[in-house]
Amino acid sequence: MTTTTLPPLAALDIPPPPMSRRVRLGLSDVVTLTRRELRIWFRNPAYLFFTIIQPMMFVLLFRYVFGGAIPVNVPGGYVDFLMPGIIAQSAAFASFGTAIALARGLQKGVIDRFRAMPMARSAVLLGRLVADTLRLVVTLLVILAVGYAVGFRFHNGIGPAVLMVLLGIAFGVTICTVSAFVGLAIKDEESVGSFGLVWLFPLTFVSAAFVPVSSMPGWLQAFAKNQPVTIVIDEMRSLALGGPLALHAWQSALWLAAIVAVFVPLAVRAYRRAT
Amino acid sequence: MTSPRTDWSGPAIFVEDVHKSFGEVRALAGIDLVVERGEVLGLLGPNGAGKTTAVKILTTLLAPDTGRALVEGRDVVRSPEAVREIIGLAGQSAAIQEELTGRENLEIMGRLYHLDAATRARRAVELLERFDLIEAADRPTKGYSGGMQRRLDLALSLVATPQVLFLDEPTTGLDPRSRIGMWDVIRELVSAGTTLLLTTQYLEEADELADEIVVIDRGKVIAAGTAHELKNRVGGDILQFSVVERGRLGEAAEAVGVLSDAEAVLDAESGSLALAVGGDGSHALVETVRRLDALGIHTEGLGIRRPSLDDVFLSLTGHAAEDEESAATSPRRQRANRRH
Repeated sequence: MTTTTLPPLAALDIPPPPMSRRVRLGLSDVVTLTRRELRIWFRNPAYLFFTIIQPMMFVLLFRYVFGGAIPVNVPGGYVDFLMPGIIAQSAAFASFGTAIALARGLQKGVIDRFRAMPMARSAVLLGRLVADTLRLVVTLLVILAVGYAVGFRFHNGIGPAVLMVLLGIAFGVTICTVSAFVGLAIKDEESVGSFGLVWLFPLTFVSAAFVPVSSMPGWLQAFAKNQPVTIVIDEMRSLALGGPLALHAWQSALWLAAIVAVFVPLAVRAYRRAT
Repeated sequence: MTSPRTDWSGPAIFVEDVHKSFGEVRALAGIDLVVERGEVLGLLGPNGAGKTTAVKILTTLLAPDTGRALVEGRDVVRSPEAVREIIGLAGQSAAIQEELTGRENLEIMGRLYHLDAATRARRAVELLERFDLIEAADRPTKGYSGGMQRRLDLALSLVATPQVLFLDEPTTGLDPRSRIGMWDVIRELVSAGTTLLLTTQYLEEADELADEIVVIDRGKVIAAGTAHELKNRVGGDILQFSVVERGRLGEAAEAVGVLSDAEAVLDAESGSLALAVGGDGSHALVETVRRLDALGIHTEGLGIRRPSLDDVFLSLTGHAAEDEESAATSPRRQRANRRH
């Protein structure tokens, strides 16, 4: 056996831990960060307002203030027309929280601190996403409860009703990935809050969420009819109230898959680059 | 096959010819650093000098474009996970979550370092006590003072007892009293043997805390040594005075100019002059009095002093490290004021 003299200051060769251990610890990190985010949410009255009170107010405003002026052709009147739309709109706006939290995390240095620790780097994004999904579920259930209290009813049986809620959640999570990218790319809480998410307004309001698209001027209908928010809401309405399911189901699935396929890699890239 | 080496007898931090650019901006233009185990290195430089970039590279947040950086022998590019196991980082802005209590913040860090429940709880109490936060432990950190937030932030970086600690401008933005409090905390920490790399814009902070100081400017190391060595580089004692009649400053400068090869630093607004006069300060003082008296120039605050790190920075870079505002609120002055 020969002893070789190592060159001065050759770095130590430390193999990374085995995959099984990495996965186990990574999952534990996701759980830790999810619990952290949920705890923060419960402690901050502003967050509770935006995720619980504001969507409730929207339901009541549209049901009682605007609803009377909007003629629709569905079995239970405007409240039945409204609920699938407002669930989708609330699901989309819930992603505000994702964008702002990620921008703040980068700006304040919390995310850098986490990334300098021996924890799974992906856990920062995954923990955020899991917590925001749970938050979204709570928001949607609260809205549904308020909707029921003011006269909304499912007309198509329990199975499609559950599917409608699930589609609403899937839609919200999809928009979350776009917002995550926006927050990570802009990296400034104030900018994200003031203009980072303006695209959500035309997307949700120039849609079938609150009014029948046929009431809009022709040039606007072309956009409103074919944009993904309308397609998802049409499908949710068919699930809730009865109606043709197949075409919009495919289109919804394709849209959601396409958005995720574009924005998850973009968000991950922005996260890797941001510091 | 032999098992990989995990013993390391080299320096705790070893940086060799590291370059890093962001597009056109050269943040680091080839820097070298060596920090021995248990030593405190003060990385000193103005805003934008490259201090934070250096820390980000050493803490695996940024990859260097070229060059090598090792922390306890672990390469930051090849084994970043192994580096993260043994370092702690506390940054410019407190990374605490303000909705959570001090204890909860520490507890979550413990979980992310994968410590078991008993260790997490014990560590949290130890650190809260050590940083004088135990009474505020169960209050949301939103209500903490700036100094308390920084102390908690530092405590968070110590949860897993790091071998090498990085403090990136730990007192920037703190009021003078809290800054002195932070210094005491950091001094106690390093007396326990932790290797520390500290970045700062405050010359006196480096002077107070660091064994060795590296001055960087525009991404390059421009000087290195102990505070004492750096001060000697300025050229011994500094002669300093102000002229009562501001207009005669030039005349005075000419009169004392012959006492030294160095160039006098003049401030026309305050009428003050500073001149490095080498080892024999008292001789220079006598000569100055004689010459100015002969010309009938009246002075204020005439004296000889040891150079400060401000003088060092000025002589190395040709520009001051601190702006007027931060210099005016520096703790040493504040302490002096409080004595009156």
